[in-house]
Amino acid sequence: MTEDKKLVQRPKPGTIHEAAAALADGQTTSVALCEQLIERSRAVDAAINGFRQLDAEAILRQAERSDARRTAGQEHGPYDGIPVALKDNLAVTGESCGCASRILEGYTAAYDATAVARLKAAGMLCFGRTNMDEFAMGSSTENSGYGPARNPWNTDCVPGGSSGGSAAVVASGQALAALGTDTGGSIRQPASFCGIVGMKPTYGLISRYGLVAYASSLDQIGPLTADVRDAAVLLDVVSGYDDRDSTSIPTQNGNFNQALDNYDIGSLRIGVPAEYFNVEGLAPHVRTAVETAISAYRDAGCEIVDLTLPTMKYVVAVYYIIATAEASSNLARYDGIRYGARASTDDVLETYYKTREAGFNKETKRRIILGTYVLSSGYYDAYYLRAQKVRTLVRKDYTDAFQKCDVIISPVSPIPAFRCGEISDPLQMYLMDIYTVPVNLAGNCSISVPFGTHANGLPIGVQLIGDALQETKILRAAHWLEGVGN
Amino acid sequence: MEPTTNTDFDVAYIADLARLQLTDAEIAEFQQELDSVLGYVKLLSEVDVEGVEPTAHVVTRNNVFRNDSTRETLDKSAVIDNAPESVNGDLIKVPLVIGEEADGVA
Repeated sequence: MTEDKKLVQRPKPGTIHEAAAALADGQTTSVALCEQLIERSRAVDAAINGFRQLDAEAILRQAERSDARRTAGQEHGPYDGIPVALKDNLAVTGESCGCASRILEGYTAAYDATAVARLKAAGMLCFGRTNMDEFAMGSSTENSGYGPARNPWNTDCVPGGSSGGSAAVVASGQALAALGTDTGGSIRQPASFCGIVGMKPTYGLISRYGLVAYASSLDQIGPLTADVRDAAVLLDVVSGYDDRDSTSIPTQNGNFNQALDNYDIGSLRIGVPAEYFNVEGLAPHVRTAVETAISAYRDAGCEIVDLTLPTMKYVVAVYYIIATAEASSNLARYDGIRYGARASTDDVLETYYKTREAGFNKETKRRIILGTYVLSSGYYDAYYLRAQKVRTLVRKDYTDAFQKCDVIISPVSPIPAFRCGEISDPLQMYLMDIYTVPVNLAGNCSISVPFGTHANGLPIGVQLIGDALQETKILRAAHWLEGVGN
Repeated sequence: MEPTTNTDFDVAYIADLARLQLTDAEIAEFQQELDSVLGYVKLLSEVDVEGVEPTAHVVTRNNVFRNDSTRETLDKSAVIDNAPESVNGDLIKVPLVIGEEADGVA
């Protein structure tokens, strides 16, 4: 690999928690933090295409206000002035929210997503809109309406998806951290491809209000960060009950950051499902990374528990029926009437056809068709209802497993980042989601942490899965493993 | 994965239900690709789901009501401004839905 294809870099300070310390000590300012990232973006993003939009002037104005607050001793907590990049499907008042789709061209959000409102309440700055697979449908960020994003470890490769832009801007030093969304692996897989940390929290822990829906029963917002502590920090900021999301869990907010200060790793029982290692196409280096991690936990005194998850072979099929069914319903709203682009004709039906033809890209159309079919009269029972029943069995597998262990360890993706254009068959692409989709089906939490490197120099991620609302356990397991890896 | 032909699946018909206009080339491509996906997901038919309740949602809360109190709503002009066409800044203009020949029939 030639060096000009590798654009990995950490800014200084390189994490949210280091930036917070530097701000508190007066060693840096919000303006200085933002200027550094903007400068880096101007230098490298032409090659990465990680940002769909980055309004430097508006960001620097916010940064100046934050610095003024801090000078006056009126900062909104330790993270005031720290910028966070946002995936293009999270609503920010007055900013475009395009889901990297041409059908939302010209759309400006009229309100803040709850996660965004919580960032702002902590004084954090919305730092650009990151590229993604259109409407979060994809595993490579090649399905963007604004051109594919590239992997900073090798710009010939994909950054993963659908939050590929969020992962790429963090890995290339254009952002300290980012928020993404994960419906079937869309945070964890790009994080693993780009050598950073990515977390899918328990369904309902972070409000989905203001997140543009793809598959509502699976979608979840989460952090993509340079290290595990930053994931905990962002989770502390954005999680919590919200009455604007009827699936929000009324739970006491955990102090995730503090939970990393002191813990006994040896008390965790690590579950190893036999089925995870029998997946066709699992790359030897990925297998080795997971096995090395298991040995490290064993050496640290963790009990290693052999598990079986019999529904493993069905999870991709269940996911692609349920997710596309929900998508076909959610995306029916894009008809060119109330917002976004409209192909103007005199006839209302013609307007729908033309608007949707021009506005959606191929993968989106593919999934809408599949979803429409599995919900259609005569096929609903055979596909959608059956998939929902198997989903119940998948959940039961995990419920049973978490009776015996605290954290399940697995690969994130069977292979590291692949080359742009390398995988063109949709089914082949879908099958690579096998390790991530069951977590969304079960509604559990999971984190991807960089651990090991492939022979081709690309990073590998190890996945740590926890039961619902057991974020503290997976964060601790990941934090410890990160220390071993470094 | 062996592509399995699904004779019941007609891309052109389903696309029409979804209000998607496709080119002939897209129809042919999607037919082949999605036949393959549907062939794959058929493996669910081997699972015994007798007596298993379907999961629509993992959060098993029902009847979540908001408080019966007023709250600020979205700014009207910010919402209307997003419409492709509007009238007087407070109405969304839509294409004609019922043709003139229908007048007086209903």
